[in-house]
Amino acid sequence: MSLETLGWQGLVILVLFGLSLLIATYCTYAERVIAAFLQDRVGPDRAGPYGLAQPLADAVKMFTKEEFFPGGANKALFIFGPCLAMVTALMSSAVIPFGNFLKFGDTVVHLQGIEINVGMLYVFGIVSLGVYGIMIGGWASNNKFSLLGAIRAASQNISYELAMGLALIAVLMMSGTLSLREITLQQSVPGEWHFWNIVKQPLGFIIFCVCAFAETNRTPFDLPECETELVGGYHTEYSSMKLGLYLFAEYINVFVASAVMSVLYFGGFNFPFQYELSQWLQSSRGLSADMAQNVISILGFAGLFLKIFAFIFFFMWVRWTLPRFRYDQLMRLGWTILIPLAIFNILLTGGLINFGVIAEVKQWWLTSPIAVR
Amino acid sequence: MQSLSNRAKKLEKKPFTLAERAYLPAIFQGLSITMRHFFMKKATIRYPEETRPFSPVFRGLHVLKRDEQGRERCTACGLCAVACPAEAITMVAGERKKGEQNLYREEKYAVSYEINMLRCIFCGLCEEACPKAAIYLQADKMAPPRYERDEFIYGKDRLVEPVSPDNRSKRGIQLTPEQADKLRSQLA
Repeated sequence: MSLETLGWQGLVILVLFGLSLLIATYCTYAERVIAAFLQDRVGPDRAGPYGLAQPLADAVKMFTKEEFFPGGANKALFIFGPCLAMVTALMSSAVIPFGNFLKFGDTVVHLQGIEINVGMLYVFGIVSLGVYGIMIGGWASNNKFSLLGAIRAASQNISYELAMGLALIAVLMMSGTLSLREITLQQSVPGEWHFWNIVKQPLGFIIFCVCAFAETNRTPFDLPECETELVGGYHTEYSSMKLGLYLFAEYINVFVASAVMSVLYFGGFNFPFQYELSQWLQSSRGLSADMAQNVISILGFAGLFLKIFAFIFFFMWVRWTLPRFRYDQLMRLGWTILIPLAIFNILLTGGLINFGVIAEVKQWWLTSPIAVR
Repeated sequence: MQSLSNRAKKLEKKPFTLAERAYLPAIFQGLSITMRHFFMKKATIRYPEETRPFSPVFRGLHVLKRDEQGRERCTACGLCAVACPAEAITMVAGERKKGEQNLYREEKYAVSYEINMLRCIFCGLCEEACPKAAIYLQADKMAPPRYERDEFIYGKDRLVEPVSPDNRSKRGIQLTPEQADKLRSQLA
């Protein structure tokens, strides 16, 4: 990799980092507006046009609030908790392919933080680290409610990670790779009926989606911060920007979960008729193959973000529709329904691959026009 | 047990069907309901820009009326202050001087007239008590919020119905320049 490519890649990482922060910021605004609209209200509309400066106002509020340390709290861990939650939330978006690549002459810039061949494993590893942030914060608070919330978070995340992983295995059986970029490219078969993984894995998607809700501690699985029982759950004792970091980390997690679902099941940066568009650009508009590909990549980038926004909206829509599960219901759903269902899905997928209904790993994408480096 | 009203609904605890146990149909039903609300007309009234209409019998901010010739109707009899259950009204009576006939309708008038809007309960008894039809509670105005308590004590400057000194001739009022100045300072 040349130095110039490295510089471009660094820029891409910075842009993606900034974008995920920006999206998380505006998630706070979107959450309040969507909540309001679903409840026949209008939501924040005072700060700036349509209340668009509301996240800034919230940030000022968060930063200027008193920073409170509960008596008997472990101060170092108390600070470390929200930091860890934030860091792990931000790290997980590194391997997500937000777009294909841009090619200028010999310089190829991938619209992805970093491409590693164990991308999905990396996401899982980082996401499961995220529970430590909650666990440490809850424990360091020296508060029964915080600790209860933290324990709930830990057991809930462990339970649902199992079903999530099993749902994912069915996808991996078809793709034969852990690389998110390759999984995306495999979903770009032109003119085939199994276009995106959602068509081949509807059950797996439902399981994965439910588990993603549980992993991000969103309603109906927000027992770790269950206000009616635990005051504020694991962040009861947190104030000021440390609380802000926890809330922010939750939104980044929602963003990453939406991105992962879009990539795994909804074709990632692929969009319908991209080949036709590429050919039309080359034949009618006279663009070179590289330039046509660049246009497709940018459109795909925008398309992936549309999918992500749709998922974020879905997360919020569900939050303001469904009530919270009871704890035993949560555990029963996780262990006695989702995990057996996920195992059944694996068997089903295996059977379908064996009888040739779903094509197994295909190396066609190595020769596909959009996979060329 | 026999139901007394005969309206009791008999409930049967049936086992859940597969669709009910799968949760998902019910969840989508719920989601469709909230989505309907997403596009519904919002109940919010954006207050400072929009106000909701007052009832025609709303009792709001007081006004001290003038008569057809622009003279203050109040004669400082004190009946409103007596009638006031919240004791919000105080006044000082004075005798009308010569040449002030066009300012005050009666020989006796209120030199100062104050209503404490923090005490006032807006019951409208002062309006009913007034024999000169001088005090009314407006149906379209409220006492606005203030930062200081003493700003809620409304004097004649804020209570007397304003009349523009410039259109006094139209309304048949003859004011000397000094009287016009006095009126202006009262209205300011």
